[in-house]
Amino acid sequence: MSEAAGSERAAPPIGRWLVGFGRFWWDFLVGDTPELTVGGILAVGVAAAITVDRGLVWMAVAALPLVVGLVLGGSVRRAARR
Amino acid sequence: MNPHGIVHTDNVVLMVAVFLACAVEMVEALTIVIAVAVTAGWRRALTGALGALVLLAGLVAAIGPELTHIPLSPLRIVVGGVLLVFGLQWLRKAVLRAAGVLAKHDEDAIFASNVERLGGAAGRANARAAVIVAFKGTFLEGLEVVIIVLTLGTTGHALELATVAAGAAVLVVGAVGAVVARQLSGVPENAMKMTVGIMLVSFGTFWSGEGVHVRWPGSDVAIVVLAAFYGLVAAGLVQLLRRERPVVTGAERV
Repeated sequence: MSEAAGSERAAPPIGRWLVGFGRFWWDFLVGDTPELTVGGILAVGVAAAITVDRGLVWMAVAALPLVVGLVLGGSVRRAARR
Repeated sequence: MNPHGIVHTDNVVLMVAVFLACAVEMVEALTIVIAVAVTAGWRRALTGALGALVLLAGLVAAIGPELTHIPLSPLRIVVGGVLLVFGLQWLRKAVLRAAGVLAKHDEDAIFASNVERLGGAAGRANARAAVIVAFKGTFLEGLEVVIIVLTLGTTGHALELATVAAGAAVLVVGAVGAVVARQLSGVPENAMKMTVGIMLVSFGTFWSGEGVHVRWPGSDVAIVVLAAFYGLVAAGLVQLLRRERPVVTGAERV
């Protein structure tokens, strides 16, 4: 490793660190399956919307895993068709 | 406990309640740590878990009983949401492998060559992801244990007994976990990854649901029901895919 490269690694600019940090979380949570991320958020959102009405909380118990299952099924079918 | 060292019945009830409640939370944390350990290595799992415990110890030392005022719902949504999405990614890949859509050995070879080409960047990213999953799971469950001890302990004026009961739960669950982890070494890799994916999705569903005020029937027992449901969904998808398309030649079915 050259001296320049070494000092560059020793004091990385904050911008590069932020980009790396953002890229890590993007790869971690989105990666090549954005439909799972969107679907997961959608499932929790649907449950949250249902539980606003206290009388319908029981429906969220079924809706949340059901939507998650559908999201998984959709993603798997999409991959199989490629 | 009174000054003569005699434990009263109400204190026994309190200790049993704290022990059971903490044991349930610790089993949940342990499940995630073992899941990370068997798939990404014990070093990463323990790094995440110990990091969470150090942070929790720091929080307890710094703010103590004020921890009971931390709003758990937003924390559950974030941790549950991350586990849900990450678990779905695992489960999707495990289903595709089990159905023969992804050829396991081919994929491993491609992954290995990519890791070599990228100078280990992908490996480091996976390592960080594993540490984060173990950290989040342990932190959330650990925080719940701390809150159980603080709330039951202070309301029953027996914080020391509650702490002892929680410590006993941690030791018992840890010992059981060590035995269970050894038994897992003989399980086929993709079956293991399928199970890990199912567990992460189940925990993610449960916690994110709690975060948005879903009242799960049976409380924590619902995680088992969720795992059974997702297991059935995964098995159904594998069967569906096997019927729809021919298995990749040379692919390893696990």
